[in-house]
Amino acid sequence: MKVALFVPCYVDQFYPKAAIATLELLEKLGCEVHYPKNQTCCGQPMANSGYEHLTGGCNNLFIDNFSGYDYVVCPSGSCTLHIKEHLHAHDNEDMATEIRKRVFELTEFLVDILRVDILEASFPYRVGLHNSCHGLRGLRISQMSELVAPAFSKPAQLLNLVKGLELVPLSRNDDCCGFGGTFCVVEEAVSSKMGKDRVDDHLEHGAQYITSADLSCLMHLEGILRRQNSDVKVIHVAEILNNSIQ
Amino acid sequence: MSSRDKILAAVKANQISHAELPDLEVLNTLTATSENLVERYKTIGSAGGSFVYEVADYDAIKSILQKEFIPGVKIICGVPQLHEYTNVDDVKHELSHSFADVELCILASNLGVAENGALWLTEEQMTVRVLPFIAQHLAIVISQKNLVPTMAQAYQTIGDARYGYGAFISGPSKTADIEQSLVIGAHGPRSLSVFILP
Amino acid sequence: MSSTATKDHAELAAIFNRDEPRVDWHDETLWWVRAKRDIAAHKLPEWELLRETASQIKNNVLSNLSTYLEQFEANAIKNGVTVHWAADAEEHNQIVHKLLSERGINRMVKSKSMLTEECHLNEFLAQRGFDVIDSDLGERIVQLAGEPPSHIVLPCIHKKKEEIGDIFHEHLGSAKGESDPKILTETARQHLREVFLTRRAALTGVNFAIAETGEFVICTNEGNADMGAHLAEIHIASMGMEKIIPERKHLGVFLRLLTRSATGQPITTYSSHFAKPQDGKEIHIVIVDNGRSIQLGREDFRNSLKCIRCGACMNTCPVYRKSGGHSYHTAVAGPIGSILAPNLDMKKYADLPFASTLCGSCSNVCPVKIDIHDQLYKWRQVIVKAGYTPTAKTIAMKGMAFTLASPTLYRAAGKMGRLTFKYAPFAVNNGANPWYKHREMPKAPEQSFGEWYAKRKEQKK
Repeated sequence: MKVALFVPCYVDQFYPKAAIATLELLEKLGCEVHYPKNQTCCGQPMANSGYEHLTGGCNNLFIDNFSGYDYVVCPSGSCTLHIKEHLHAHDNEDMATEIRKRVFELTEFLVDILRVDILEASFPYRVGLHNSCHGLRGLRISQMSELVAPAFSKPAQLLNLVKGLELVPLSRNDDCCGFGGTFCVVEEAVSSKMGKDRVDDHLEHGAQYITSADLSCLMHLEGILRRQNSDVKVIHVAEILNNSIQ
Repeated sequence: MSSRDKILAAVKANQISHAELPDLEVLNTLTATSENLVERYKTIGSAGGSFVYEVADYDAIKSILQKEFIPGVKIICGVPQLHEYTNVDDVKHELSHSFADVELCILASNLGVAENGALWLTEEQMTVRVLPFIAQHLAIVISQKNLVPTMAQAYQTIGDARYGYGAFISGPSKTADIEQSLVIGAHGPRSLSVFILP
Repeated sequence: MSSTATKDHAELAAIFNRDEPRVDWHDETLWWVRAKRDIAAHKLPEWELLRETASQIKNNVLSNLSTYLEQFEANAIKNGVTVHWAADAEEHNQIVHKLLSERGINRMVKSKSMLTEECHLNEFLAQRGFDVIDSDLGERIVQLAGEPPSHIVLPCIHKKKEEIGDIFHEHLGSAKGESDPKILTETARQHLREVFLTRRAALTGVNFAIAETGEFVICTNEGNADMGAHLAEIHIASMGMEKIIPERKHLGVFLRLLTRSATGQPITTYSSHFAKPQDGKEIHIVIVDNGRSIQLGREDFRNSLKCIRCGACMNTCPVYRKSGGHSYHTAVAGPIGSILAPNLDMKKYADLPFASTLCGSCSNVCPVKIDIHDQLYKWRQVIVKAGYTPTAKTIAMKGMAFTLASPTLYRAAGKMGRLTFKYAPFAVNNGANPWYKHREMPKAPEQSFGEWYAKRKEQKK
C-alpha cells in the first residue's frame, strides 16, 4: 500500500515530532510511506480568510506532489477537510477529484482503512481528548453532540488501545477551542477566551496531556497552557499511538 | 407597478430551484401510538407547569374547583355540564375588556397532545377569544379519548376544519426572560388546570 | 446602538471580554439552553427525520414562493384580512404608520417581532410621535434600557437580574434593590396589563403563514401576542415573506421542532392560529421583502431564508456565547444573522462572516438544516472579491499565496520564521502580535520535518 504523507505546513515547521510519529506509525503498520518533498500548504489559511481564489498555486502544487498514491494521509483533520472540500484544478480536475477521494486524516485512515484493533503502545497518563471541529463535524471522525445519532469516536477508539492511558471525561465534549485559522488573531479576544475555557475543562478533569487529531487546535491550547505556566502538555494523537511500550 | 407586483416579479425571477414537498406519512406512522397517552400527557403537562387531574366525572371537577377557588370570584364557563357558573354564552356580547376581572375561565377541548401537553381550542369553544388569556386562572376539560400522541396526529385530526381563530394551549402563561429563571404567570393565566375525563 | 455602528465585531467582542466573569456567566447561561435543546431532541428518535422533512418543506417553499404568496394572499382576503406588501423597511413602516394615523391611534402595543427590529419600526414611529410598547417581557426590558435585543428568542439574555431590577425601579416603580425574577415579572404583568387594556392597536410578528388556508400562527409563552391582538381594534401582523408554509399539516412538523430547538420546551405555551378578524375588528398582514427576494436569487445563500428564528445556532455558537449579541451590531445576531446581514448591506456587515471559527455546530443544530457555516465561508469569498476587506490583509494573503505555491520560497520562509522565534522572541512576542496577548508562541524545533526526513533518507542510503 503506497501512502503519501501529507504534512501540513505548520506541523512541518513547528511540530515535526508529530509528523515523525505519523510516519513511523504508518511504517510500523506496514505501509510504504512516501513524503513528497515539494509539498507546502493545502491553502486553507487563504481560503478560510476569503481568498480561495488565490489558492490555485497551492492546489496545483498539491496535485503535483500527491498524484499516483493509493492514499494520502495527513495528521490534521482541518487540512484534510480543506483538501476534501476545496481541492480543484482547472486543467487537472480528474486528478483533483481522485485525490479528494484518497485523502484521509490519520485516525480515520487507521480505523477505516487499516482497521487497526491492536496497538503496541503505552502511555500511562490521564489524557483529555480535544475534538477538533473540522475532524468532528467536517470529516465525522467522531459523532457530534448536536445530532440524535449513535456515539462513536475514531481517535478515542484508538487511544483506548493504548496501554495505561486513561481518557478523562470533559464537561463539554465538542465545544470549539477558538483557533479558527486567522480567527485566532482577527478575533483575538474571543479566540483566547474560547481556548482558555477549553483548557480549563481539561484541567478541571485532571488531564496531564491534551491530545487531538489536529495540531492547529493544540498549538492554540499550548500557547494558553504555557502562558499559564501549566505542567499540562499537548501532544498529537500520533505521538501517543506511536509511543512504544516503556 | 405596485410593490406587490414588484415583489412577486422579483421572487418569480429568483426562485430557480425545484424541490418537491416531502411525504409526511413516515413521520405520521412513526409517531402514531395509543400507548399510555394519559400517563404521557400527565407527565409532560405537569412538567410544563399545568395541574393535571384524572377525574371520573363532572362532579369530581366541581369539587376540585370548589376547593381551589373561594366562592364569589368571577368565573366564566364554556362547559355546559358545569352549569353553576356563569355561562360564556350569556356574556359573550360584553366588551372583551370587561373580562379583565375574571378569576377563572373553564373551557372544553376536543383535542389534546400527549407529547407536549397542548390542548386545542377554537373560537367555538372559547366563544370570546381573549377569555383563556385574560382570566387569572384557566381550567380545560378534555376526554381521554381525545388525546393524540404528537402534533402530527393533532393536525390530522384538525384536518381542514374552518375556524376564525384557534390555539394550542399547553400550560400557564410563563416567561424565563429574566436570567432564564422560569416564572409562572407572565401576562395570561397564572395556572392551568387540566381535567381528563374518561 | 449608534455608538456600536462604527465598531466591528472583533472590537465589540473585545470590549465584551473585558469583564471575564460576565462572559462566563453569559456563556454558561446559553450553554444551558443548548443543553436543554439536546435533551429535548434526544427524546425524539425521529428527530433527524423531522429536521430533514422540515428542510425539504422549506426548500419547496423557496422554489414556489411566488405561488404560495399569492395563494396565501387570496385566502387571507377571503378570510376578511387585509394584505399589504412592503418592498423594504421604509415601506413597511409607512404602512403601519398610515394604518394607525387613519384611525387616529397614537399608542400601540407590540409583541415580539424581529422583523420590526430589522425595520427599526419603533424608532420610526417614535420620531413621529407614536408611543409603542413592547409586551414581551424581555423586549420590554431592553426597550426600557434603550437597547436592541441581543438574542432573537431571549432578548435580554445579556442582562443580569440586578440590572433589570434597577431598570424596573427607575421606570416601573418596583422597590429599590429588588431583583427576584418572580417579583419583577409580576411588576411587568401589572404594568403591561394596563397597556393591553388601553391600546386600540396591536402589532405582532408571524411565525408561520399557511398558504392553503390564509391563516397565520404566532407562538409565545407569555400570551402577550394574544392579549394585545384580542383586545385591540386593529391587529397588524408583520411577516417576512419567507414565513410561508404550504399547508396546515406542515405545522405538525415545524411546531415540533421550533421550541425544542429554541429552549428545549416541547412547545410554546400558546400557538395561536389567526384566520379571521373578530366581529367588528380588523386584521392587517404586512408581507415584507426587504432584501429577501435578492437573497432568494443568491444561489449560495438562498437557504438562509429557510430560517424559522429558533435561535439554536446562537445558543450553540461559542463565538456568540463569548461575544454577546450586541457585538454583531445587527437585529439578528449570531451565525444566522451573519449570513443574513451581508445581503442587506455587504459593506456594513463585512465583518460578520469572519466572526466565526467555522466550527459547524450551527448547521447541525439548525432544525431546517441551513448550511450556515458553509455560507459563512462563501460570504467571506464574496466579501473579499467585492473589496470589503482591509488592503493590508489582501497584500498579506497575496504574499502568503505566492510563498506557499513555491517549495523553495516556502522552505526559506519557514527557516526564517523559525529562526525568528528561536533567537529573537521579542521580535514577535510583543503587543503588535495579537496572538501573543494571551498565548505563547510555539517553540521552534531544531529542524523542520522536511529537513529531518531529508537527513533520514541520506542516512538510509
